[in-house]
Amino acid sequence: MSSFSGSGTPLLDVRNLSVRFNTRDGVVQAVSDLSYTLRRGETLGVVGESGSGKSVTSLAIMGLLNRAHADVAGEIMFEGTDLLKLSKEELRTVRGRDISMIFQDPFACLHPMYRVGSQIAEAVRAHEDVSKSVAQARALELLDAVGIPNAKSRARDYPHQFSGGMRQRAMIAMALVHNPDVLIADEPTTALDVTVQAQILELIDKVKKEFDIGVVLITHDLGVVAETATHVLVMYAGRAMEYGPAHEIFTAAQHPYTWGLLESMPTVEKRLDMLVPIEGSPPSLLRPPPGCPFHPRCKYRFEPCDKKRPPLQSIPDGHPDACFLSPERKREIWKDRIGAELGLTV
Amino acid sequence: MLIYLVRRILWAILVVFVVLFITFLVFFKLPNGDPALRFAGKTPTPAMLDEIHHRLHLDKPWYIEFGYFVKTFATGDQYGWPGLGYSYNSFASVKSQIVYRAPRTLWLIAGAATLWLTFGVAIGVLSAVKRRTLVDRLAMGFALFGISAPVFWLGLIALYIFWRTLHWTAGTGYTPIAQGPGQWFSHMILPWVVLSMLYTAIYARMTRNNLLETLGEDYIRTARAKGLSERRVIFRHGLRASLTPIVTLFGLDVALLVGGAIITESVFNLQGLGWMAINSATQQDLPIVLGVVLCTATAVAFMNLVVDIVYAFLDPRVRYS
Repeated sequence: MSSFSGSGTPLLDVRNLSVRFNTRDGVVQAVSDLSYTLRRGETLGVVGESGSGKSVTSLAIMGLLNRAHADVAGEIMFEGTDLLKLSKEELRTVRGRDISMIFQDPFACLHPMYRVGSQIAEAVRAHEDVSKSVAQARALELLDAVGIPNAKSRARDYPHQFSGGMRQRAMIAMALVHNPDVLIADEPTTALDVTVQAQILELIDKVKKEFDIGVVLITHDLGVVAETATHVLVMYAGRAMEYGPAHEIFTAAQHPYTWGLLESMPTVEKRLDMLVPIEGSPPSLLRPPPGCPFHPRCKYRFEPCDKKRPPLQSIPDGHPDACFLSPERKREIWKDRIGAELGLTV
Repeated sequence: MLIYLVRRILWAILVVFVVLFITFLVFFKLPNGDPALRFAGKTPTPAMLDEIHHRLHLDKPWYIEFGYFVKTFATGDQYGWPGLGYSYNSFASVKSQIVYRAPRTLWLIAGAATLWLTFGVAIGVLSAVKRRTLVDRLAMGFALFGISAPVFWLGLIALYIFWRTLHWTAGTGYTPIAQGPGQWFSHMILPWVVLSMLYTAIYARMTRNNLLETLGEDYIRTARAKGLSERRVIFRHGLRASLTPIVTLFGLDVALLVGGAIITESVFNLQGLGWMAINSATQQDLPIVLGVVLCTATAVAFMNLVVDIVYAFLDPRVRYS
């Protein structure tokens, strides 16, 4: 599976992760049999519609799912240890120190009643036995590093005195206090103005290089992925649909769902009537359809699709995807239709 | 800040004034007995009644009498400033009555408020943290009991058990703290517990609900993602946000009890301000009623101001807008 990835042991190796929620209405299979790896310096873009299991995956890695309600199976190997086998307390020492996370809505993610600087200083002291002033100094240093002008006085501000972009910068600063190995960014730009989005993505890319970390970038927006990801994982209904190096996804996508995402992605050249939406909506995870989860919405479905589930398999000179179309057919459709229309073939 | 304070205090004075005015109006427009009849003795003659009416300022239209009341209040009377007059019943000055009764009520409120704030919040937090466990269900069961149990019933049961049967506490009545702190405490403990029961229940439920709601907020997830201990997440991040609304409630609850702890003060025969107000109201003793209303309205207005200031101190979003 990791044949296309770089060399060296992965930082994060997710193996056959499954997450099930027990609800009143039944079992919700939020994530099924998901595997991926992340190495230093890589940015893995995890793409999919809402409810495709992107966020649940990262919350599972962080150990932020309530164990009373969520069944998590599989392995999450981080530097040789399976995070799923750690106790709550052991996991707490990993969170925020080795693996950090930033979230979608920076307006809601900072505590409204504490000063920004002290919230960051608190993150320092969560894992390091240092004095308040040392922690505060480290907070200032990081606020400065993430591009908050006048960090010293802004640290004394409360979150509501920050703009959205600044709050996300503060969140990033908070995530970086312990030089983590992995940064998980869950829709970090969705709630922000378009002009600020690019700055935040640039910042994430910059800290990835400076701090030499691996980034998991969760988004529903392929455009965001195109800018910074080195690898892409396309998820649908809790499953991996396609997984490969970013340049291949954008020049030789193999899965009909990825094609759909690419066709529905607005660009400067495309007019609104040129966008092709994916008809229908994602399936209920309470009662997923038999066979391929995408088949009810798939333009290319044929005989086996509603009976058997296609496994995630690599094709020759390509990367893994989960579709019954033959490798030749996939290339043909991409080359002659999708890729050609989008001007993405090489 | 100073301008804000002055403006708020002026508003508070206006509110108290309006409340007094309405009380005055109720007394004059809904008469159910002539105070002069009590004064006059067994065989009142019309001339006597007229004279008493004149002396008590009951012979003029109500707006003139209210004007007289305001004037005496502002300029003082034979008992000094503020002039609140004397009781139609005991002829004692209203002020001396209030000064005599107020400590009983204030001690009652202070003790009960300490109890209900401490236990209400503690039970609420415990319940929220142990959500859906036996502890939670027991706590919320207790809360339901506290909210449903009438104070007069609770009071009598408590007296029966702890005074009459077990002899653990003193009975009804009040001993000033200066005459013996032990006796004082022994008289106050049951009223404190009984009065605080309802409030403890309400505060426990509110704390639980607020805390559960807060613990679902995104910033709590951030706090956990930082790797903070669960204790710190709940107490520093969760409680801080969920207690601010309780501050508002607490201020008003305390203020309202200044003239409102009527049942507790009656059951335990503490004879505080609330007891005095209700007794005087049934005896058409307007000056005393006005005196207690003045105290309660002032307390409410004052606590409102305090609550707003404390709130701004607790929540920076209010402070900066």
